[in-house]
Amino acid sequence: MHPTGETEAVLVQILFYLFATLLVAGALGVITARNPVYSVLFLVFSFINSAAIWLLVEAEFLAIVLVLVYVGAVMVLFLFVVMMLDINLAEIRQGFTRFAWLGWITAAAVIVEIVGVIWGHGLGGVDVGRGFVSEPANYSNTLELGRVLYTRYAYPFELAGVLLVVAIVAAIALTLRHRPGMKAQDVSRQVAVRAKDRLRVVKVSAEKRS
Amino acid sequence: MHTTIHHLLALWATIPEIVRTLVWILIITIGVILCVAFLTLWERKVIGWMQLRRGPNRVRIFGLLPGLGQPFADVFKLLTKEVVVPSGSSKFLFRIAPALALVPALAAWAVIPLSPELVVSKANAGLLYLLALSSMGVYGIILAGWSANSKYAMLGAMRSAAQMLAYEIAMGFALVGVLMAAGSMNLGQIVQHQQGGFLAWNWFWLFPMFVVYFIAGVAETNRAPFDVAEGESEIVAGFHVEYSGIAFALFFLAEYANMILISALTAVFFFGGWLSPVAGYPLIGHTFLADPSFFWLGLKVFCALFLFLWFRATFPRYRYDQIMRLGWKALIPVTLVWIGVEMVMAAIHIGPWARPWFH
Repeated sequence: MHPTGETEAVLVQILFYLFATLLVAGALGVITARNPVYSVLFLVFSFINSAAIWLLVEAEFLAIVLVLVYVGAVMVLFLFVVMMLDINLAEIRQGFTRFAWLGWITAAAVIVEIVGVIWGHGLGGVDVGRGFVSEPANYSNTLELGRVLYTRYAYPFELAGVLLVVAIVAAIALTLRHRPGMKAQDVSRQVAVRAKDRLRVVKVSAEKRS
Repeated sequence: MHTTIHHLLALWATIPEIVRTLVWILIITIGVILCVAFLTLWERKVIGWMQLRRGPNRVRIFGLLPGLGQPFADVFKLLTKEVVVPSGSSKFLFRIAPALALVPALAAWAVIPLSPELVVSKANAGLLYLLALSSMGVYGIILAGWSANSKYAMLGAMRSAAQMLAYEIAMGFALVGVLMAAGSMNLGQIVQHQQGGFLAWNWFWLFPMFVVYFIAGVAETNRAPFDVAEGESEIVAGFHVEYSGIAFALFFLAEYANMILISALTAVFFFGGWLSPVAGYPLIGHTFLADPSFFWLGLKVFCALFLFLWFRATFPRYRYDQIMRLGWKALIPVTLVWIGVEMVMAAIHIGPWARPWFH
């Protein structure tokens, strides 16, 4: 979207406040919902709203990847796990007040960090209240990101990839157990089977021998 | 006559862009829903013929073709039935799940180029947008299964969630192959890069990708032979076992809309979208047959849809562990190998990488 006229700028503002409100409401829903499944769904809702906000600042690649990776894959797995678990809510709520001080301290630390970053570095070229500088219509976010990622930041990018592979291998190695006496099909043996191993054609005479 | 059309076109251009876009969205949505209606009829007819039956032949419209009114009869029947909400279910999620299944299937049409001029959004990241939307379709199924408070529905939802996640990866990798061949994520540009007749289309150079994409597409839409999410011999009707009336019809609508979508995407990614198969060939290559148009896209979508129906009529259902095995251990390695082959082809400039526009 390119805010050329006044009306479009106003429209963008209205959309921003709409999505921002929904995002905050969704985030509140995550921590207040009684059912963990609803918490996960509120989180999905928040992700979609933050993707919409990214779209408003023309970061379409990040917006779509957020939906693709988090909404489409990670949260589905979350939902998968949460639905399978038989969570006893009363047990989780135990000690809520006992550990509340820890939560408050963490929240305060995060807020201090955010404020510190904004104060220390400024908003990095962002003209507050006017939005980002809009790019020409044929500007491709994806192309630019790819260009930077595979040239300037090639090594950190590859490193992150290797890290993810190691994490996958570790996760599989930790959870892969061979229980003795488990019954499972051996697929390669099933595939390799031939008709003559299983089937014997017998000639039976049509009439009863008298 | 001609001047009237010009007047209408001039009038159309005066309407604000946002209204025009909304009108297009409405036209495409209604078009897709009508296609779904007649696809259900076509499916029952085709499967009937394959099994030496007649298929639906009772309801006529205006005395035309026996069976033509069947989709409308079905819709009115389902509309007038009660939507039963099971006790102990999550009422809100139970009601919203069918819509969540349908919306991504319709929203994806925003970036699909129907003809050289006709597309709602020429988004640069169109391919990513499609992947993101198709990955959201799984929510309707999971939530339907969970909210119904039924073991069968839950089992169906679990199966389909695992299946769709697995096949999305294969599908994504197949599309990486398309992306490498076209050098763009804009669907219109992907079509334009395939210019030059039947053999210049992507299916030729990306044949393994095409096969993987189509198989993954069948699995994504939960169609036979991968329809274990509603395997009636094991779990009654799977995730939508508790749904009735129009809520059930919405799931059906979503499934068929997804089928049409996957067929359209196969046509766009691998069969040159709106391009004519005879373009550039001697004799017929310079007649009206070589013009790109919506007709060609429609024909390709129709052929792909016929494959879906053919599969359903002829293949037995896969066993669940074999589905997972096929997705993870067969399709994904095939795409990975072919991405490597494409890299080599790109390096030595053969295939689509030898064409002049690619440098």
